[in-house]
Amino acid sequence: MLKRLLAALMGLSMATLLAAPAMAQQGPLRIEITEGVIEPIPIAVPIFEDEGGAGQLAADIARLAAEDLTGTGLFRLVSRDAYITQTSDFDGAVAYADWRAINAQALITGAVSVNGSALNVKFRLYDVFTGAELGAGLQFNGTTDGWRRMGHKVADAVYSRITGEGGYFDSRVAFISESGPKDNRARRLAVMDYDGANVQYLTDSSSLVLSPRFSPTGDRLLYTSYASGFPRINMLQVASVGSQALTTADGEMAFTPRFSRDGSQIIYSISSGGNTDLWRTDLGSGQHTRLTNAPSIETSPSLSPDGSQIVFESDRSGTQQIYIMSATGGEPRRISFGEGRYGSPVWSPRGDLIAFTKQNAGRFHIGVMRTDGSEERLLTASFLDESPTWAPNGRVLMFTRETQGAAGGPTLYSVDISGRNLRQVQTGAFASDASWGPLQP
Amino acid sequence: MRLLPIVLMAAVALSACTRPDRFGGAGADGMGAGGMGAGAGGAVTTVPGGPGDPNSPEYFNQVVGDRVFFAVDQSILSDAAKVTLDGQAQWLQSHPDYLAVIEGHADEVGTREYNVALGARRANAAREYLISRGIPATRLRTVSYGKERPVAVCSDESCYSQNRRVVTVIAAGAIS
Repeated sequence: MLKRLLAALMGLSMATLLAAPAMAQQGPLRIEITEGVIEPIPIAVPIFEDEGGAGQLAADIARLAAEDLTGTGLFRLVSRDAYITQTSDFDGAVAYADWRAINAQALITGAVSVNGSALNVKFRLYDVFTGAELGAGLQFNGTTDGWRRMGHKVADAVYSRITGEGGYFDSRVAFISESGPKDNRARRLAVMDYDGANVQYLTDSSSLVLSPRFSPTGDRLLYTSYASGFPRINMLQVASVGSQALTTADGEMAFTPRFSRDGSQIIYSISSGGNTDLWRTDLGSGQHTRLTNAPSIETSPSLSPDGSQIVFESDRSGTQQIYIMSATGGEPRRISFGEGRYGSPVWSPRGDLIAFTKQNAGRFHIGVMRTDGSEERLLTASFLDESPTWAPNGRVLMFTRETQGAAGGPTLYSVDISGRNLRQVQTGAFASDASWGPLQP
Repeated sequence: MRLLPIVLMAAVALSACTRPDRFGGAGADGMGAGGMGAGAGGAVTTVPGGPGDPNSPEYFNQVVGDRVFFAVDQSILSDAAKVTLDGQAQWLQSHPDYLAVIEGHADEVGTREYNVALGARRANAAREYLISRGIPATRLRTVSYGKERPVAVCSDESCYSQNRRVVTVIAAGAIS
């Protein structure tokens, strides 16, 4: 749907930029996200130039891109009141002195044109202190309905150029929207943009739904539905909102479904005779394979990015702990050894970390550890934090935070894997069990 | 190999699900509407279908007792739970037209998916006990709601102890 057009404009390569001498005290425009303490980079984002029919969108898209960037905690917006030039002059020469004067370190200019429902957005990124464009100008084509995606795409490109990491703004999040009192809560499967905008409900509230998971390409969702009166796994096509229930043998409960990395298989839990184990089903052939066979609870699986291993939780030791085994089953090895209980492990898309929920001394935490269990780091603490999900770039986690008491309820938060930048996602209503989908094409 | 549903039990599940209040809302778990007025003013009147009628679901729910409770993270039946389940077994023995869906629940202090598995364990403990007391397995199904269906909404042990429960929900539906 979207076409990405690369337009080499200024002819300055990254290599040239990095070799350029730093102005003032600042070096080249670059953030290493792994650094311990980060002073947000001041950026200027003047209203984009209206190249025809853009109207309010020229301002809206510029503002949204700026919000995405400042929302990471890595950037701060220099107030537009300070700008000597309020609107982008997209093809004109950049008056670097004007931007240096207000201490903007990065400048994003843009231009927007609208023809019918067709929307074109162009942007350029400048390193103000080196006085050069960072990367080439880029343009995106979309529709006016999807204008927010254009803003997110601009922000993703800027984020990527400055941090060297993939972006995550033009992405969707599946979640459970909740409403009503705690003892009679209605739940609907829903999807939204990563920032809480454009909520779309995919089921009505007639039956309980739990634990949605996006397919690797974002075209389908798996979730647990009680529509039959019993927990069953449903698969839903996001575009058509058509769903089908996957067959389960009678007397069994099926839940915690996840796609394999190629989307052709699912792994999930079956509870039968009170015992919960992990299974795999090939969606093409319908063949089921048992992955664990223990009298303990084995649940909440998550596949490694290369598909070769599964991280899951088990209480075989007496309490919930995290284990890793081959994706075909076999003897698991325990990786969590700290105090308390560990659950809902999720493998990072980068492969390096496992995010988890930890319950210890009456508190809940979201944390990360390496895949061998070392370097455990707790990122949050509250009455009840749970169910982390990874941003597509493996740098940010979204999770459920539930407040206590009769009026309590769940909302979604995001936090960097450094533990910084804890933010509530503005869903406008109770929300839980997020599944962060891929960056959109 | 584990494939394909068994038709008989699928039919049982459907018949149970058609009862509009089966998985009802606030406090409706097992508390039939007919029970609400019972005992008002201190006088229990024997209304057919009310809790004073030993053949009614309301009697089962309120007099026999439709639920048993569990310790934190446990699925072991307490002595009190066994007494209640003995009563349930007796009632089900004498009312063979009734089927039961045994619902397992957990308190909110735990992760969502683990709590579904824990609820399944609890429901199964009750089911196995009822089977040991002579109730045919074909009359008993289990379902777990994890922590998703609390009956008490405060965030301390006085509520948690009510939510860590198994509720035996009976429904008329002869096996044909």
